[in-house]
Amino acid sequence: MASTEPAALRETPLADLHRRRGARLVDFAGWRMPLSYPEGTVAEHERTRAAASLFDVAHMGAVTLAGEGAAAGLERLTPAGITTLAPERQRYALLTTDDGGILDDVMVANTGEALLVVVNAARREADLARLREGLPDVEVVTRDDLGLLALQGPAAEAVLAAVDPRAATLRFMDAATLRLDGTEAWASRSGYTGEDGFELLVPTDRLEGVAERLLADERVGLAGLGARDTLRLEAGLCLHGADLDETTSPVEAALAWSIPKRRRAEGGFPGAARIAAELDAGPARLRVGLRPVGRRPVRAGAPLRDTDGVTVGVVTSGGWGPSVGGPVAMGYVPPALAASRPTLAAEVRGREVAVDVVDLPFVTHRYRRS
Amino acid sequence: MNPADLKYSEEHEWARADGARVVVGITSYAQEALGDVVYVDLPAAGTRVERGQPFGEVESTKSVSDLYAPVSGTISERNEELESRPELVNRDPFGEGWMVAIDADDPAELDGMLNAEAYDELIARA
Repeated sequence: MASTEPAALRETPLADLHRRRGARLVDFAGWRMPLSYPEGTVAEHERTRAAASLFDVAHMGAVTLAGEGAAAGLERLTPAGITTLAPERQRYALLTTDDGGILDDVMVANTGEALLVVVNAARREADLARLREGLPDVEVVTRDDLGLLALQGPAAEAVLAAVDPRAATLRFMDAATLRLDGTEAWASRSGYTGEDGFELLVPTDRLEGVAERLLADERVGLAGLGARDTLRLEAGLCLHGADLDETTSPVEAALAWSIPKRRRAEGGFPGAARIAAELDAGPARLRVGLRPVGRRPVRAGAPLRDTDGVTVGVVTSGGWGPSVGGPVAMGYVPPALAASRPTLAAEVRGREVAVDVVDLPFVTHRYRRS
Repeated sequence: MNPADLKYSEEHEWARADGARVVVGITSYAQEALGDVVYVDLPAAGTRVERGQPFGEVESTKSVSDLYAPVSGTISERNEELESRPELVNRDPFGEGWMVAIDADDPAELDGMLNAEAYDELIARA
């Protein structure tokens, strides 16, 4: 029988494990991913803050850039400092558009032999096109032989060190090759939850074995994309496609900290003119934290109005914050309002919800910096 | 799993009639599909509701759903406990997680709803 099938969804190497563990699956950026497990998003969130959770994030793309000019080349595509990135160190970087917007936000690590770039699943093809076009002399290799796991939470160090003790020697944004369950994995001390933790690039054919090994530790449970979203939102971390896009500049997104002094002075990255002007004179809008008054969550897309009823901004991410015990959101407002911290009104399905402009993050980061 | 003494809607509300007083909530199937409930918006006592029309909202970590009135009438009571403990909808959907009581214009409207057996079949097909 002829029928129109939706485009096939890709599955990660942990698809069987998710089914065995009763995951609720969701379509995300062309992938079938776990939204939550039978425990539920709130319990997964709370366990991540209290102990440790394992996230399948193998939908994210890993790309290596090899060759003499890789670091200098990548600096032509990002305002981050890449030539200054020491071996076994990792850095957050924004790939900018020619207009100074954000093509993607990525992690770049120096393995000592190459640069390893982890990109968002939904931006993979756009990023690859940009990297190949912008770095004609650099070998750009997609690493579909590797899959990413995130082990996050205050117990993550003890859990991972029980498998390879060298894990405990890493500090925030350090990276190294670890030996996990008989295979080599590229581990960085980083994550997307605001908690201490590790991100592990593991050969795809060994991903399930490593995951099961970590899950055998009673401190660890699985967490899905639902908890990943509530955790990153409380931590004030951006989601590309929601809080960042090709129209948003790094300065507007309050991510200018990822542009070091040298790059600000030298320029030489896409959108340098706009970004320099905004660093100098201030941006037209600024990403802020938003705390809805009461318990009703305010979600992405809700317009923000001032006391005169004038639309002054928009919510770009929002939902329930289990650790905050209330709704939390992020959005964009004019810098004057970011400074004066007024109470605004968000429109939610025809109703007005009072929203306070607040500092980010909602939950203090607990990275292991020293 | 679906109590035999309740009536059910295709939108996954349940209704329990005691004379003209009709207590309404969402089914266990519905709360499971929603995931963790974080906010419930219910009308105050005295509000008119119309059969088949939305009267409130239930919001989980992932989505917002409308609540539909199984009968026409006037809200006589709402579950104030859900304001601070919306998780009761997940924990005890047929009991402590009840949502509103409606003073029904015509309790016979419940006769058009599904019985437990028919509702079991509905969710088995879903």
